[in-house]
Amino acid sequence: MTDKKKIRLIARLDVKDVNLVKGIQLEGLRKLGDPNAFARRYYEQGIDELLYIDIVASLYNRNNLSDIVEKTSENVFIPITVGGGLRSVEDVRHILSMGADKAAINTAAIKRPALITEVAEAFGSQCMVLSIQAKRSRTQSGKWEAYYDNGRQHSGLDVIEWAKRGEALGAGEILLMSVDNEGLQQGCDLELIRAVTEAVSIPVVCGGGVGCAEDILDAARAGADAVACAAVLHYGKATVPELKQEIRAGGVEVRL
Amino acid sequence: MKVSIIDYGLSNLLSVRRAAEYCGAQVEFVQTPEAVLAAPRLILPGVGAFEDGMNGLAALGLIEPIRQKAAEGTPLLGICLGMQMLFDESDEFGRHQGLGLIPGRVERIPAVDTSGAPQRVPNIGWRTLVPAHGSFAGTALQNVPAGGECYFVHSYEAKPQNEADRLADSPYGGRSICAAALRGSVMGTQFHPEKSGPVGLSILKAFLEL
Repeated sequence: MTDKKKIRLIARLDVKDVNLVKGIQLEGLRKLGDPNAFARRYYEQGIDELLYIDIVASLYNRNNLSDIVEKTSENVFIPITVGGGLRSVEDVRHILSMGADKAAINTAAIKRPALITEVAEAFGSQCMVLSIQAKRSRTQSGKWEAYYDNGRQHSGLDVIEWAKRGEALGAGEILLMSVDNEGLQQGCDLELIRAVTEAVSIPVVCGGGVGCAEDILDAARAGADAVACAAVLHYGKATVPELKQEIRAGGVEVRL
Repeated sequence: MKVSIIDYGLSNLLSVRRAAEYCGAQVEFVQTPEAVLAAPRLILPGVGAFEDGMNGLAALGLIEPIRQKAAEGTPLLGICLGMQMLFDESDEFGRHQGLGLIPGRVERIPAVDTSGAPQRVPNIGWRTLVPAHGSFAGTALQNVPAGGECYFVHSYEAKPQNEADRLADSPYGGRSICAAALRGSVMGTQFHPEKSGPVGLSILKAFLEL
């Protein structure tokens, strides 16, 4: 007997400078306001985790989220993952000391995969989230390529192989974003979720494309252990309790 | 309400500090045997590997002071790795001795569930706390509502030798993982109360009022 499938619902907060922003396929950003206010509201509504991404950090080689994360951790008592521009064990140490629980790393891990092992060894694998921006291959079906620098650069790495390698190197979790579906609110890339969750044994957080509770249920049924939502929450299309009620009604467990 | 958080170089201490302060505590970080011995109550936080954690405590000369405080009946709360270190020994990356305050071992979560299907390790997520002996009354978990959930993130689990030392169980993969253990004044939570929303804060607050 196994327990009913239970997923985590994560609010993804993309930050540029001091503003929460949202784009479509990682382009065309709109400013939405103070990220701390959104974080606090989602916490009060019962979100399971927060994911902060400094979306321009890779370009400037630094993560600007310290102040925001530190402020959030004053009155938000759920796990916080921070990503964007983290390049070294020292960067991770700094952001953890500001109140983050996990570090999501994409660009720096692609450039130097040994960083995954270094972070896992220094802080435990549960701190090391391998962030993968997956873009569907135009030439080969059922293949995806890992992108970096917030979806601007392609790495040549096959997403499935990269996910497996990340696990072997010590990642404790995978944050899987579909660049193709991101911001469209028309559902996740379910084939991608199936392929990655079957390839690894660590939890996979899926995101990119969630527009309603049904999209979350589809992602969960495809194998996602957690689903990251952005636009659906930020634009007030649904509240956290509304999404969670619908997820439960659809037969998937979630914390209420 | 005063609490001393043991700082042995491993953890994200800010979250624990913030949560304890939110509950109304005066918080101090302690790193020396003298400061540990003077503490009215202690929190042993921890993320990372068991061996690193024990080495961190040993390097600061804190192992005996912590044992002494436990023997004196000072409330001690171990969180996550901090809970695992309360036990006799762990299998994580070889066999390593713990503080020996609660009899039992720390072992890796099985890669398969009870039906033989592969399961996710680490166990990450919100899991229900179930009283191991009928009720949480009289413990720091007394205000946890029925069905209350807390946040777990771990690849190893503590297995108390004595059933009586189990305080809370949490279902995972068809089995029960020991979510909290209690022996005398020594308590451990496998989950992170400082990251478990209002339910977690209620546990911290109750511990601070012990």
